[in-house]
Amino acid sequence: MSTAGHGAAVRIEACGKTFADGTRALDPATLDIARGETLVLLGPSGCGKTTMLRIIAGLELPDVGGKVLFDGKDMTSVPIERRNVGMVFQSYALFPNMTVADNIAYGLKIRGVARGERAARVAELVALTNITGLENRRIDQLSGGQRQRVALARAVAIRPGILLLDEPLTALDAALRDRLRSELNRLLRALGITTIYVTHDQAEAMELGDRIVVMRKGAIAQIGTPREVYFAPKDRFVAEFIGAANIVEAPVENGVLILPGGRLPIECGATTANATVMIRPETIRVTEAGEGILSGIVDSVSFIGDRQRLVVSDASSKPLNVDAPNTIQARIGDRIGLSIAPDAVRLLPSEPRD
Amino acid sequence: MRDRLIFTGQFIFTLLVAAFLVVPAGLSISAGVTVNYFRGIQSGVTLQWVAQVWELYAGTILLSFVIAFATLAVTLLAGVPAAYALHARGGRLARIVEEIITLPLAIPGLAIALALLLAYGSFGDFRRSWLFILVGHVIFTMPFMVRSVMAVFATVDIKTLDEGAASLGASPWRRFRDVIVPNALPGILAGALMVVTLSLGEFNLTWMLHTPLTKTLPIGLADSYASMRLEVASAYTLIFFVMIIPLLVAMQLLADRDHKR
Repeated sequence: MSTAGHGAAVRIEACGKTFADGTRALDPATLDIARGETLVLLGPSGCGKTTMLRIIAGLELPDVGGKVLFDGKDMTSVPIERRNVGMVFQSYALFPNMTVADNIAYGLKIRGVARGERAARVAELVALTNITGLENRRIDQLSGGQRQRVALARAVAIRPGILLLDEPLTALDAALRDRLRSELNRLLRALGITTIYVTHDQAEAMELGDRIVVMRKGAIAQIGTPREVYFAPKDRFVAEFIGAANIVEAPVENGVLILPGGRLPIECGATTANATVMIRPETIRVTEAGEGILSGIVDSVSFIGDRQRLVVSDASSKPLNVDAPNTIQARIGDRIGLSIAPDAVRLLPSEPRD
Repeated sequence: MRDRLIFTGQFIFTLLVAAFLVVPAGLSISAGVTVNYFRGIQSGVTLQWVAQVWELYAGTILLSFVIAFATLAVTLLAGVPAAYALHARGGRLARIVEEIITLPLAIPGLAIALALLLAYGSFGDFRRSWLFILVGHVIFTMPFMVRSVMAVFATVDIKTLDEGAASLGASPWRRFRDVIVPNALPGILAGALMVVTLSLGEFNLTWMLHTPLTKTLPIGLADSYASMRLEVASAYTLIFFVMIIPLLVAMQLLADRDHKR
């Protein structure tokens, strides 16, 4: 594909953002994004992820001292129109006064690309984003999913060095979101462009990101591959925000977690009076009562289809969520055994609760 | 049966109210083409009064149009960018500026005229030219342009469209031309018709600001009411109607088209 393999490396250096009214949207953050990488900024609303994206785009200026570099070149004071970035907005920002084709071609027209070449490029992108046949439609005649595709086609038409996506799937309904997510993933891999993707949806972040930056209250909580942030969350917030997690607080004696339902060996663990650990529901195996390491009572059973979610009390200080195979027969009130591999228990730094 | 009665009652009441409002206009128009109003329509129908008005007051009609379109040009050139700037900037300062622009709606035209005379009355050439009236009309009509354009900006999320165009490489001027103005067009058109209509009919301000050589249509109308036969003044009204009604109809059509979209 003609668009493959271009993109700039991005570095932001000590970029913070304080708004005019004094609210701090982003603590000074430093971040490197490699050429061709897809980086996801993930976090709940108000965590500063959109502000960081807008600083990279050139729609916001970082506070004094912050720097934005593309391929090592300082772009901090360069306005967005000269940064050669493609951007997809949450509301798409398609121009209602233009047709689909004119929207896609607008950036090329600005760059003085000849009419024939523009038409060829539009045709290429229309095919790439599966919107063939809609070229002459007005924007208000498109469905949400179609608008999303037009917005993406328009953003990549200019062969940007960096593609910036601000919650591009949030405005769509759930089924469409899932379908477009895999489509987007395929497209981003094919384009090979440096991509920064903002979302609050951890499933999107997992599927699309080469790396994920988990953000919280204007600060970076953790940076890592999807596997790293899932299996080795740095703190309780990351553990709970990404996937489901049982957070258990209990004393540790010589590498063994002391729980009401039994003694659970863990990998690392000096003796301490109060440790915080994370156990993912799918790492807990259900056994017959009396077998296994822990013992507990089934509090509730939710059949989800591909699996069932049990809530088991008495095993730990708090009820444990357990993902069990859908074939297991468990009834409320049953006493069952649970076994957990030592390496599935992740020690988290203890922190004051909030 | 009962519903029918209620409906008929409401219908008759509506007709009566409409007649109450329309009859004076109809009488005035008919007076303008009657040979002798006091003898009534049986005295004959004539266009001589219309012709006479045209002879005496063609200049005022022309000047009214010159001022109306000059007012339109100024409110377009200053008002549309101002509306964009106020919308894009937002915040308290923008609110204050918007209030100040809107203020002339609440202040009597006479007071604005008096202030203009106090401030600029001593610049003789300016005072004597039609530009003096133009200034008054711009002050009076600007809020209508700014407000109707801002109303459109509020509904189409112009800020994000602007950012979208910027991300595609468009300079501020290109964005204004390609994206902002086309998407604000319904508001600009509505504002433009309002400005022209208001300027053509403006009396308060103009009455204070005019000189014997810079009379507009409504001033001429007052003049003819005061000093001419009733038939002449009525013929004048007729001419005014003929000019203003197409503008009002256009305004209505435009509003309808917006609702449909």
